[in-house]
Amino acid sequence: MLWNTILLAMREIRRNVMRSFLTILGIVIGVGAVITMVTIGGGATLQVKQQIASMGSNLLMISPGKRLGPGQSGGNIPFKEADAEAIARDIASVAAVAPVSSRSSQAIFGNQNWTTQVTGSDNQYFTVTNRAIRDGRSFSDSEVRAGSAVCVIGETVRSKLFGGQTDILGEKIRLQNLSCEVVGLLKAKGQSSMGMDQDDVVVIPLRALQRRIAGNQDVAMIQVSVRDSASTEKAQSEITQLMRERRHLGPSDDDNFTVMDMKEIATMLTGTTQLLTTLLSAVAAVSLLVGGIGIMNIMLVSVTERTREIGIRLAIGAIEREVLLQFLVEAVVLSSFGGLIGIVLALSASVWVAHILKVPFVFNGPIVFVAFLFSAAVGVIFGYFPALKAARLDPIEALRHE
Amino acid sequence: MKNDDGNSLIGGFEEHLIELSGVTKVYGEGQGAMQALRGIDLRIDKGEFVAIMGPSGSGKSTCMNILGCLDTPTAGTYTFKGVDVGQLTRNQRALLRRHYHGFVFQGFNLLSRTSALENVELPLIYRGMSLKDRHDHARHAMEMVGLKGWESHTPGELSGGQQQRVAIARAIVTEPAVLFADEPTGNLDTARSREIMDLLAGLNRDQGITIVMVTHESDMAAYAKRLIHFVDGLVSSDKLNGGKEI
Repeated sequence: MLWNTILLAMREIRRNVMRSFLTILGIVIGVGAVITMVTIGGGATLQVKQQIASMGSNLLMISPGKRLGPGQSGGNIPFKEADAEAIARDIASVAAVAPVSSRSSQAIFGNQNWTTQVTGSDNQYFTVTNRAIRDGRSFSDSEVRAGSAVCVIGETVRSKLFGGQTDILGEKIRLQNLSCEVVGLLKAKGQSSMGMDQDDVVVIPLRALQRRIAGNQDVAMIQVSVRDSASTEKAQSEITQLMRERRHLGPSDDDNFTVMDMKEIATMLTGTTQLLTTLLSAVAAVSLLVGGIGIMNIMLVSVTERTREIGIRLAIGAIEREVLLQFLVEAVVLSSFGGLIGIVLALSASVWVAHILKVPFVFNGPIVFVAFLFSAAVGVIFGYFPALKAARLDPIEALRHE
Repeated sequence: MKNDDGNSLIGGFEEHLIELSGVTKVYGEGQGAMQALRGIDLRIDKGEFVAIMGPSGSGKSTCMNILGCLDTPTAGTYTFKGVDVGQLTRNQRALLRRHYHGFVFQGFNLLSRTSALENVELPLIYRGMSLKDRHDHARHAMEMVGLKGWESHTPGELSGGQQQRVAIARAIVTEPAVLFADEPTGNLDTARSREIMDLLAGLNRDQGITIVMVTHESDMAAYAKRLIHFVDGLVSSDKLNGGKEI
C-alpha cells in the first residue's frame, strides 16, 4: 500500500506543477541561504586560523596600554627603542625583537601615487613577521643606525607605483618629505587574517620613520619571536616583568602595556569571524523562516481544492488513514526534494563564493542536516495538518467545502 | 488491515439489498433543529432501478447520502446486505463504500487536472488493484459509458455530459452492488440528460446494476422502474413505473 501511495503522491506532485514549484521554492531558498552562509563563515574562520598558524605560534606582540584589540592602543606611554634593545639583551629565550612604528603615507613615483602603510623597523622585522626579500636586499646595519632613506617595498606598492616595470632597485620613491631609495622587494604574501593586503607596505629603517615622517622617538609596538625550544608563556612573563621594571610600575599598579601571544590573538580574531558568521547565519535563518511561511501559505491556499479532493477520495471509499498517508508522503517528497535542491545549490554557491573570496571551502555536515530537517518539518507540518483536518470531515461536508 | 476485503463485513443471510426502517435525520439542535427525515421505511432489492422524487427540502438528498453511507441517520436502522450500517465505524463505512457502492454526484466531483482514465481508476487504487488491471478495467468502463478515445482528457477539456459519463464510469468500474446517483442530470441540458438516463437505464437492463437515483425531474424519473415520492421527510408514494402501488 505504501508504494502505491508514494506513486499516487508523485502523480499529484506532477499534476500540480505550479503549486509544487512554489512550495519547493521556499525550501530551496531557505536551505540554500543558511548552508551557504554557514559554509562561507566556516571557511573564513578556518582561513584566519590557518594564517595565524602560518605566522608561527612563537610570536609575541607587546603594545602599550591595557589589553585591547590591535590598532586600539592609544593614549598610553609609548615604548622607546631602548625597550626593544633591553628585551633583546635581557631575555634569553627571545630569538628576534623588532620595534615597529607605522604611519599611513602617500608614496609617489613619477606621476604615480599610492597611499600605503609605511612601517619603520629594522631587519629583525623580516624575521619576526616571516617575510622574505624576493629582489634586492634588506637594510645594512649602518642604514638602520643612521636612519637612512632606503626602503623595502611590497608587491602591491610596486605594481601601483611602477606598473609593469620590474627592475625597480635603485629607483627613488617619495614618502611625504622623504625621498628614499628602493633596495628590496618583499615576496608576496597575500591577504592577512584581518583582510588587509600584507603586500601593501613600505618598510623603512625605524629611525628614518621617527625623524622624517612621525616626528617623534616613539615605538608603537614591539614584536618578538621566541626561540622554538623556549616556552612562550615563560618569555611572556619575563617580558612583562622586565617592562614593569622599565616603566617603573609599583607592585600595586596594573600593567600599562600588553604582551599578547598568537593564541590570544587567534582567539580574538576567530571570535570576530565567528560572530560575523553567527550574524549572517541568523539572517539566513530568517530567510529559512520566510521560506517556511511561503510553504505554509501555498499549502493553506490550496486547502479548499484539496478538501474537495479529500471529499471525493473519502466518498469513493478511501479511509482516513490512506488519505492522510498520501498527503504526508506528498509533503515529505516535496520538502525533501526542495531540501535536496537547496543543498546542491548551496554547496555549488559556497564553492563558487569561497573561490571568489579566496577562503577555503569547509563542508559543514550538521548545518546541512539541520537546515534540511527544518524545511522538511515545515513542509510536512503545513502539508499534513490541513489535510488531517479535512480527512476528519464527513465526506459530504468535505465535498461541499467552498 | 482487518475487514479490508469487505466480505467479512457482510453476513451470509440477506433478505433485501437495502432496508431502511424508521430512519430519521435531524440537523442542528434545540429550537433551530431541522427534521430532514421523519421516519423512512424503505426496501430496495437487487436489480431494481429506483427514482426518488420530491420537491426541494423533502429530504430525498439526505436519504440518498444515508443510503450511500456518506451520512448517518439520527435514529432508525439502515441495513445493507443484512448488515446494520449504524453499528459500523467510520472506516468500516468507507470500506463498505469502497466495495459495494458507486456514487454519482450532481456536481460530477472529478479530480481536476487529472485525466479521465485516472479519475476512473481512482476507486481501483484503493482496492489495491495492479496497474495493468486498473487500466484494463478503467478502459472497459470508459467504453461502457461511450467515452472510448477520451481517456487522456482532463475534466476541464470535457463537456458536462462527458464529465458525468466519466463520473458514472468511475462509479461502475468497481462493479458495485448498487449505484447511487444524486441528481445526475441536474447540471445538464435536456439532450445531455437523456443520454445520461439512457446510459443508466442500459446499465441497469444489460449489466443488472441496481440503481437508486434522486431527481426532481419527472422526465428523468420516467426511465426508472420504480418511483418513490418524498414529501416533508416522509415517503408519500411508492409505486412501479406504470402506476402499480408497492
